[in-house]
Formats: sequence, C-alpha cells, structure tokens
Amino acid sequence: MRSSDPVSFFLNNLSLFGDKTAAHVELSLASIGVAFAICVPLGVWLGHLHRGSFLAISVSNIGRALPSLAVISIGIGILGIGFRNTMVALIILAGPVMLTNAYVAVDGVDQDAVQAARAMGMTPLSVLLRVELPLALPLIFAGIRTATVYVIATATLATFAGGGGLGDIIVNEPTYGTAGVVAGSLAIAVLAFAFDGLLALVQLGVTPAPLRRQGRRQRVDAIVEASWETGGRR
Amino acid sequence: MSAPAELVLAAGGPVIPNFGGGSSCVVQNHQFCLSWFEHNWSSVFEPRLVEHLELTAIAVGVGMAIAFTAAIIAYKQNWFETPFSLLSAFLYTIPSLALFELLVQVTGINRFTAEIGLVSYTLLILFRNTLTGLRGVPPASIEAAHAMGLTPRQTLLRVELPLAFPAIMAGIRIATVTTISLATVAAYIGAGGLGELIFDAIQSGFKTEFVAAGVLAIVLAIALDIVLVLLQRAITPWSRRRLAPT
Repeated sequence: MRSSDPVSFFLNNLSLFGDKTAAHVELSLASIGVAFAICVPLGVWLGHLHRGSFLAISVSNIGRALPSLAVISIGIGILGIGFRNTMVALIILAGPVMLTNAYVAVDGVDQDAVQAARAMGMTPLSVLLRVELPLALPLIFAGIRTATVYVIATATLATFAGGGGLGDIIVNEPTYGTAGVVAGSLAIAVLAFAFDGLLALVQLGVTPAPLRRQGRRQRVDAIVEASWETGGRR
Repeated sequence: MSAPAELVLAAGGPVIPNFGGGSSCVVQNHQFCLSWFEHNWSSVFEPRLVEHLELTAIAVGVGMAIAFTAAIIAYKQNWFETPFSLLSAFLYTIPSLALFELLVQVTGINRFTAEIGLVSYTLLILFRNTLTGLRGVPPASIEAAHAMGLTPRQTLLRVELPLAFPAIMAGIRIATVTTISLATVAAYIGAGGLGELIFDAIQSGFKTEFVAAGVLAIVLAIALDIVLVLLQRAITPWSRRRLAPT
C-alpha cells in the first residue's frame, strides 16, 4: 500500500482512489444539490422582490463565520455518525454563499432593463425568467462555483463523521504514509478544480450569447466578491 | 472511525459508556446535557475556549505582521506582489487537514506546528486586503499630502494607511473567523483548543461534548466577528459603510 512518491502511490492504489473519490463526489454533489434547491430559488425570489436584503447579507456573514468542523460536530451530536449528518453540515456551510450571490445578482439587475420589459407588457414571471435571470446568471453561478469548491474541500472532514471520502486517505498516515497524504490532498485539489471548470462550462452554456462577453467581465468582479465572501470558509 | 459508531449503536444496549457523570442524561448519552455542561464548564470548556482564543490571536497576529510587511513592500515595489501572492495562494489551496499532517512530519505534533499551519492560511487574505486597501487610496489624497509637504513615510502613516484601514480590518475579520475554523481542525495534531474536545468526543461518542464544543466554536467566531466590526466602526467613524476590501 505504501509508496515512496505520490504519483506511484496513486497508480498503485487506483481502486482505492476510485472508491474514495466516488464517495467524496457523492457526498459533495448531494449537499450542493440540496443547498442549491433551497437557497438559489430563495435568493432569486428575494432579489426579484428587492426584499430581505438584511436577511440575505446577514446569512452570508454568519455563514462565513461558521467553523466547518464545529458544524459537523454539532451534526454528529444531534444526528449521529454517518452520511446524513455530514450532508446536513455541508448544506448549512454551502447554502449562505449561494443565497447571497443569488440575491445580490437578481437585486442588482439593471432596473432600466426590468422597466423596459414591464413596459413591453411582460408579466412579473416572464420579467423574472426572461430578463432578470439571464442577466443575473454569471453572478449566481459564481456563488454556486464558490460553494462547490468549498464543499469539496470541506468534505475532507467527513472522514471524522464516518462520511467517507478522500479524507479517509489523508487521515490514515500510518497506513498510507506521507505519499498517501500528498496524493490524497492532490486528488481533492484536482477534484475541486475539475468541478469548478465543469461549472464554468455549464455557465457558458446557459448564458445567452450576447451576454457572454459581458458575463466574463462580471465574473471577474464576482470572483473578487466571492473571495471576500468566502474567505472564512474552508 | 468505527469506535464511535459502535458506541452509538450500543447506546440502547447493555454496554453503557461511562462519561464520568452519574446523571441519567449522561448515561443515556442524550443530545445535550445542560447540567453536565454547567458542571464541567470551568474545568473542561473554559480552558479550551481560552486556548482557542490564544491560538487564533497568535496566528492572526503573526500572520498580520508578515502579510502587512509584505504588502507594504509590494505597494512600494510592484514586482514583489506576484511571488508573494502565488506563494500564499498555493498555501491556501492545500486542504487544511493535509497541511497539518504534512507539517507534523517536519516539526512534530505540537502547538508550534499548528501555528505554522494557521499562520500560512491567514497570509493570502491579509496580504491581498492590505494591498488592495493601499492601492484603493484616491490619488488625489496622496497628491494633496505631497503638496502639503508630507514625506513619503508621513504620507504612508497619516494618509494611506488610515484610508486603507477599513479594507485591512475586513481582511483581519475574515482571517480571524477562518483561523477559528481551522484551529478546530488543528486540534487533530495537538493544537489544543475547542477542537480537542471535538476529537475527544469522536473517541468517546459523547454527544453533549460534540454539541457543546461545536456551539462554543460557532459562538466564538460570530462574537469575534461582531467585536471586530464594532472596533472598526469605532476607529474609522468616517466610513459608516463597509468599504469593499478587494
């Protein structure tokens, strides 16, 4: 099982990495999916109504301050060891940034565009779906991407709660050696970058063509914004 | 981590873990036993809370000293920004658990090792916010300072740094809550602090300890965040709105 360097460790333990990566991805995707389903519609809706800015901003401030292991720890105490507890913890940790970004994105849509749409006779729903959402997409996606990278990094801690994943390799230094620790860390970093890249492609796919150039510029702002919003989250 | 799982499974069975308390709540391992918490506050929780605060203060303090110096150098000498940014961004990308594990190989299982890890995670945020704050100072203010005959040093101390202060404080806030979070993980390598209680609880399966330590860490993080906001408002009364740090 032990190897002298991370690369040969990886090559010698392909099936181990396959299993752990699958568990890691399963946990991360389940958490991100649920957090997305709850927080993005809520943020979009609040932003559409231009209400609840205090809620949306406070949620992200508190979310940023939450220590990840502490949330997992409370989860173990209340829900017990296992997949479900870690998933709930990750949802709590990933939700705020999605909510806030979705809110800020829709709330900040150019009001001239919204009024023009209304003047053309669009219903509030089609204003939301056909004007506000497309314009807000880049920033909403920035939130989803930040949350995803964060969840994949934090899912490492699931190993303490019996959640499995690549963290199992990192904490098992006695069995796998330093090469195993390094290989496990690299695998997590690569996984995070891969998902970030994948979401970038999805984002490009769903952004209306005329907005793509502008979207890129907005995304740079959004990354800066997101790095500020998520600095406290690992 | 199979031991705690067995304990949880066994909670209703004949094997009752003894957590050193006699109350039925503790024996039956309920989710939270307030009386046990109150009884053990001063002997178990308070020292760990103080330890956690120390760990955080040292890490942010040392991190600030390094990042601030680096930011001033990068502000004066542009070429310095890229290497320092790359280095700190690289450190920031390593999963915390892995960094601590790897550092243990070099400096052993102790608080010093934990502090090295914690400091390295504060660098990116503190450096970037300080530098961005300095660069965000309006050129007009700097010119006015020069026109008034201030030396570069005086300009830095009396004009640029005060104007960059909100951004610097925002960085310190993020670094502080990040460090509180990472310090719980650092207990894995013997850093002490509230994380120590969490890892104890992972060994014993004692739910009250899980919940109490977790809640204390969250309360500590949110409380410090609020204290730092109030501090910033008190020091910079001219900026009522939070300035964007980056």
